[in-house]
Amino acid sequence: MNFLKRTVPMIIAFVMGVLMAFQYYVPHEASQNLLKVVTRWGMIISGFAMFIGAYSLFHMHWNRIKHKVSGWGYSIFMFFGAGIAIISGLYNGGELFWNDKQSGTMFDWIFDYVQVPAGATIFSILAFFMASAAYRTFRARNKEATILLISAIIVMLGRVPVGTMISQYIPIAADWIMTVPNLAAKRAILIGVSIGVIATSIKIIFGIEKAYLGGGD
Amino acid sequence: MHKTLSTFILSILILSYTPTAFAVEGNRLFVPKDFQAFDTPNDSGKSITLRWPSSPSESDDVEYVVYMSTTIKGPFETEALRIRSNTRYEEGSNYSYHLIDIEPDKLFNKKSSDKDVKTTYFFKLVMMSNLTTRTVKKIASATPEGNWFNWSRSNNFIIMIIFSVLILCCINHAKRVPGLFIRKIKGLDAIDDALGRATEMGKPALFVHGLNDMDSISTIAAINILGRIALRVAEYDTPLKVSNIYPIVLTVSQEVVKEAYLEAGRPDAYVEDNVFLAASEQFPYVVALSGIMTREKPAANFFVGYFYAESLILSETGAATGAIQIAATDAFTQLPFFITTCDYTLMGEELYAASAYLSREPLLLGSLRAQDIAKEIIISVIVFGALLATCGIDWISFIFKPG
Amino acid sequence: MEKLLKIDRRILFVLVALAVTIPLLFRFKMPVPPTRHVKSMYNKIDSLSEDSHVLISFDYDPSSKEELQPMAHALLHHCFKKNIKVIGMTLYPAGTGLAEKAIKEIGKEYGKKSGKDYVFLGFKAGSSLVIMNMGEDIYTAFQEDFYGKKTVGMQALKGVRSLRDIDYAVNLTASGIYEAWIVYGKEKYNFDLGVGCTAVMGPEMYPFIQSSQLTGFMGGLKGAAEYETLVGHKDRASAGMAPQSVVHVLVVCFILFGNFIYFASGRKK
Repeated sequence: MNFLKRTVPMIIAFVMGVLMAFQYYVPHEASQNLLKVVTRWGMIISGFAMFIGAYSLFHMHWNRIKHKVSGWGYSIFMFFGAGIAIISGLYNGGELFWNDKQSGTMFDWIFDYVQVPAGATIFSILAFFMASAAYRTFRARNKEATILLISAIIVMLGRVPVGTMISQYIPIAADWIMTVPNLAAKRAILIGVSIGVIATSIKIIFGIEKAYLGGGD
Repeated sequence: MHKTLSTFILSILILSYTPTAFAVEGNRLFVPKDFQAFDTPNDSGKSITLRWPSSPSESDDVEYVVYMSTTIKGPFETEALRIRSNTRYEEGSNYSYHLIDIEPDKLFNKKSSDKDVKTTYFFKLVMMSNLTTRTVKKIASATPEGNWFNWSRSNNFIIMIIFSVLILCCINHAKRVPGLFIRKIKGLDAIDDALGRATEMGKPALFVHGLNDMDSISTIAAINILGRIALRVAEYDTPLKVSNIYPIVLTVSQEVVKEAYLEAGRPDAYVEDNVFLAASEQFPYVVALSGIMTREKPAANFFVGYFYAESLILSETGAATGAIQIAATDAFTQLPFFITTCDYTLMGEELYAASAYLSREPLLLGSLRAQDIAKEIIISVIVFGALLATCGIDWISFIFKPG
Repeated sequence: MEKLLKIDRRILFVLVALAVTIPLLFRFKMPVPPTRHVKSMYNKIDSLSEDSHVLISFDYDPSSKEELQPMAHALLHHCFKKNIKVIGMTLYPAGTGLAEKAIKEIGKEYGKKSGKDYVFLGFKAGSSLVIMNMGEDIYTAFQEDFYGKKTVGMQALKGVRSLRDIDYAVNLTASGIYEAWIVYGKEKYNFDLGVGCTAVMGPEMYPFIQSSQLTGFMGGLKGAAEYETLVGHKDRASAGMAPQSVVHVLVVCFILFGNFIYFASGRKK
C-alpha cells in the first residue's frame, strides 16, 4: 500500500519532472510530441476533475441538509440555483443540449441578469472595504509610514483623471512611483519567490519534499 | 550664390541616392547580391531560414517574393513568402539584412506518411514592383532538420544545473551537519497558538486555498503547509475545514488531510466533507467563504497560496468575526491587504520556506541555505552588472539573455 | 475626537455609495489622456494591416465584467474598424457568455460575420495546457468553434496554424492566467502580447513591460477609458471616470481626516 501511495507517485514525480525540465531545452519534434501528449493528458484530467468538484459540492450540501447543520437552508438554495442553471443549459432554448448552443435562451437570461450583476456586486464590495480599511489603518505613525502614505495619495490621484486636473505632474509622479521604487521592491520579492519556486520544484522532483503526498515524512 | 548652388547640387546628389529614388528610377530594380537558405538552428525540424542583404531599391511599392520547389530545376510555382521589401529585417543588422523563417512542409502539405523523409527545398528570390520584376540569380537550398538541444537556451540550462547542484549539495551538507540556523518566522510559530485557540474554543480552523490551480508552485507550497497543519489538527482533535476552488486541488487536499489523520492514528476523525469545493469562480468563492466565516465563526483562518482581488474581502470578513488570521502569499499586490487585516503574514518566499520551518527536517532546511547562496550570487551579479553597465560595458547582459 | 476614529464602518460605506451614485446621476465629463502603456497597445493594433489576426482571450468572469468588458469592447471596435480578423476564446467557463456577447454585438455593428471575419472558439478547460496545445496546433486545441462549426478551413483562421501565426494577442484577465500566456505562450511561441487587467493587478504588469514581455497593458476602468479615447468611441469606461475620480478623492479625504484625528487625539493607537 505504501508502495502505491508513496513510492509510485514519487517515481512519477521524478520521471515527469526531469523529462519536462529537459523538454524545455530540446526543440526536436520528439520532444514537442511528448509535450503535446502530456498537455493532452493534463486537459483530460482537468475535464474529469470537474465531475469530482461537482460531486464534492453536491455531496457536502446534501449532507448539510440531511443533518440539518446550521444554515442548511442555504444549501437548498444552492441546489435550486444549480438545478435551474443545469436544466436551462440542457434545455438549450428547446433545442436540447446535443444541438448547437442557441442564443437568447433562459440560460443566457440567468447569466446576464443574475450571475453578472451578482458577481459585480461582490467585486464592488471591495471599494467599500478598501475605503474603510484606509480610514482605520492608514496612519503616519513613523517616517516610513508617512512616506507610504504620501506615495499612496499621489498614486491614488494619479490613477484618475482628477489627478491630471489638479496638476499634470501628479500622473507623472504616480507613474514614477510605480515604475521605479515599486518595481524595485517587486523585483526583489519576485527574485526571492522564484528561487523559492525552483527550490521547491527540485525538492519535489528528488522526493525530498513529500508533504504534498499527505501524512508526515 | 556660391552657397545656394552647392546646396542645390548636394540635394540632387542626396535625393538621387535615396531608396525611393531608386525604386522609381526608370524600371530598374537593384536585386540583392546574395541569397541564403539554411536549416533554422535550435528548432524542431520544421523550419528553414532565408537570409539576404538589403537592396537600395527597397520601398513600400516593392515586394520580395520567394518561390520554392523540391527540385533545383523547378518548377518554382509555390509561393513561400511575399513581403513588403522594407520590412522583416534581421535583428541587430541595422536594416542591412532580411531574415525570415518559413515552414516549407506546411506550404507543400506534406503527407503524414512522408514526415520522416528529409526533403531538400530550393528557393528563388524575386523582387517585384508595379513596373518590373527581377530575379536573384542564385538558387538557395536547405534541408530542415530537428535539433536535440536549443543552444540559445544554454545559459539558462547552465544556471539550472548550477542551482540544482547547489541545492542538492546543501541538502547533503545539512544531512551531515544538522542544526542549521533558521531565523524566526512569527507567522509560522503562531500556527500552533491559533490551532490551540481553536481547540480551546471548540471551533473549527479554516484553511483557504488561493486561486491558482495545481500547476502553480504556490499551490503546491500551500498543500505542503496544509499537510503540516493537518497533522497537528489531527493530534489536537480540532475540525479542519479546507476550501478549494479547483477540483484537482480539492482531490489532492482531501488525500493530504486524510493521510495526516491516518498518520496521527485518527482515521475515524477525518470527515470528507470538511475538505470541499466552495465554488469554481472567484467571487462566488468569496461569498461561500464569507458565509462560512460568518455562520460558523472559525477560531483560526489560514489564507495560503496566490490571491487576487478577493484577499481583502476574505480577510476583512474574517477579522470581523474575531478569528486569528494567518496569511501566506507570494502575491505581492495583495500583501498590503493581508498585512492590514491579518495577525500574521508570510511574505513571498516565506511561503516556500514554511514546510521546512514547520518540519525542522535537516534535508528541507538545507534547501533554504541553498536559496540564500543563490540570492547572494544574484545580488553580486546585479551589483557587478549595474557597475559594468554604468561604465558602458554591457556584455554581461548576454549571459542572461532569454533564449 | 477618538470616537471618530472608531466610527461605524457602515457610515463610511454610505459615503462611498453616495460618491459613486451622485456623479452617475449628475454626469460630468473628465479628460482622459492616454498613458504610454495603453498607447503602445493601441499603436501595435493600429500598425496591423487588414486581414491580420488578433487573438483575444477573455479570461474573466462576470464579477470583473465592469472593468474588463469595456476593454473588450474598445479592442473589438478598433479591430473591426481596421478589418482585422478577431479570434476570440476563453479559459474561464463563465467568460463564455460575456465574450460571445461582446464579439457578436460589436461585430454586428460593423457587419462582420462569424467564421468569416471573426471566430469565437469558446471555452476549453486546462488553462496553461490549452495555451501550449494552441502553440502547437490551434485546430487540435479547438476542433470546433463555440457554435459547433469545424475550425479547419474557416476563413477567419486562414493563414493561422498555431499561436506563432498570430499577429497580436491580448489577454483580458482578472487572475494570474496572464503569466501562463507569457510563460507558455509568448515565450515559447514568440508572438506579441498585451494584457488588459483589473486595476488592482496593474502593478504586477510593470516588470513584464520593462522586460518587453508585454507590449503594453490596460489597467482597470481607466485603462479602458484611455483606449476608448484613442479609438474615438467613448462609452461606459469613459462614463465611469467621474465616479471613480470622486471615490478616489473621498478615500484620500478619509486618510487625511483619519490622520488629522490621530494627531489631534495625541497619536493614541
